[in-house]
Amino acid sequence: MTMAWIIVLMVVLMLASAVAALVLRNFLGAVAATSVVSLGVSVLFVLLRAPDVALTEAAVGAGLGGFLLALALQRLGLWRLEVQEAAGDAE
Amino acid sequence: MIELTSYALYAGAIGLLLIGIAGVLLCHHIFRVVLALGIAEAGANLLLVLTGFRWDGTAPIIENGIQGHMVDPVPQALVLTSIVIGVGVQALALALAVRLRQAYGTLDLREIRVRMERDLDAQAGVAPPASQEEPAGGRPLPPPVARPLIASREARP
Amino acid sequence: MLNRTGSLLFAGGFAFLLFVLVAGLPFGDPSMPVGHHVLDEAADVVGAANIVTSIVLAYRGIDTLGELSILFAAAMAGGLILGHPAGGAKPAPPAGFILRAGADLLFPLLIVVGLYIILHGHLTPGGGFQGGVVLAAAFVIPVLARPGQVPSHTALAVVEGLAGAAFIATGLAALYYDREFLAPLLGQGRLGALVSAGTLPILYLAVGLKVGAELAGLLIRFTEADAPPPR
Repeated sequence: MTMAWIIVLMVVLMLASAVAALVLRNFLGAVAATSVVSLGVSVLFVLLRAPDVALTEAAVGAGLGGFLLALALQRLGLWRLEVQEAAGDAE
Repeated sequence: MIELTSYALYAGAIGLLLIGIAGVLLCHHIFRVVLALGIAEAGANLLLVLTGFRWDGTAPIIENGIQGHMVDPVPQALVLTSIVIGVGVQALALALAVRLRQAYGTLDLREIRVRMERDLDAQAGVAPPASQEEPAGGRPLPPPVARPLIASREARP
Repeated sequence: MLNRTGSLLFAGGFAFLLFVLVAGLPFGDPSMPVGHHVLDEAADVVGAANIVTSIVLAYRGIDTLGELSILFAAAMAGGLILGHPAGGAKPAPPAGFILRAGADLLFPLLIVVGLYIILHGHLTPGGGFQGGVVLAAAFVIPVLARPGQVPSHTALAVVEGLAGAAFIATGLAALYYDREFLAPLLGQGRLGALVSAGTLPILYLAVGLKVGAELAGLLIRFTEADAPPPR
């Protein structure tokens, strides 16, 4: 059944992006990884026969959420593309 | 195949919740805490929608009167609300982070906590609490006075 | 701050607890007492082809009102926290040609798509919240292209207030006629037509306009906040 393998692939992609969002030093990459998590969840919603929820998650979670995070990045002074200061993260 | 699908979906939802909660507890940077909160919310919404899934179900939309078995629409309605509230909370958290950056100049939670407590103590006029690791008093400390451990009989009333 | 081992143990224990809980749930064959009741009756009682819409607006309409108030509180608090820009900061220069031309082309497209999603919320997947987000994006993208020209905050606040009042007024009219707050009125029409399901399209239109104006105002305040000087 191809649906099972698509689901497994999306789940692995989502979990890897979630870990990457918390570990990456480049904050722009962390925002992109969070949008990937939202889009992966949206695809899973489509496979779970919930189109309304998938549309909402894609528009609000990935679209508006990613937009909001990117706007805040610039206002927080984190928009640089090189490695940030030592005020880093856990793990 | 059926077990693989169900295990993969549950592992995905609970894994996202786990990563989100671990991120909120462990990260020192405010921006990462906000990201982790968003990830935890995505995992929780996925877990909610999973409870309504049916193997032979279709999407809960009636077309041309054809109405087979449909998946449970009630968790989907709840998750609609939850997703929109999640983005509202995210917007408020980012506004707070922007103001913190303007007020303190840094985004490290440990440093902000120390400075905030110092500012609050200074505003309230209270002296900062003595540290438990450093004894109070000027440096260098005077040498300790030799005192007997058990008071002698004459000192007792 | 909690130490790392304790935090990881807590998170792991929580995940284990959840896993044990969901292992007991019948995946793929849930017994849905409320779901069966809604699926059997929604087409006759409410008349909307999208059953999730009929739950969101008719069966649990008051939850939607709560969601609108939470969004309103969050947007208002965010606007209050961000405050007015300090003034005197030089405005950002207009963006390049691609962004300006793209924004001019996207603006009517986004408005049409947003209104389509809002007005067909009771027939196809979509509705007020999704369409409202698209409308908010339609008003924010020109601000990104030309940072100086901002739509007036007063107009956005007026639209938001009127739309929210229209939602509550429709609910109160239902209270007056039908003795239940936010019960669907105005007859049901033919299932699947654009004008059907009573007051549900009106409610979703109010929701969409309110959410769109609110989020547009909040995002524009974000773009106006002072950016720290680049290092």
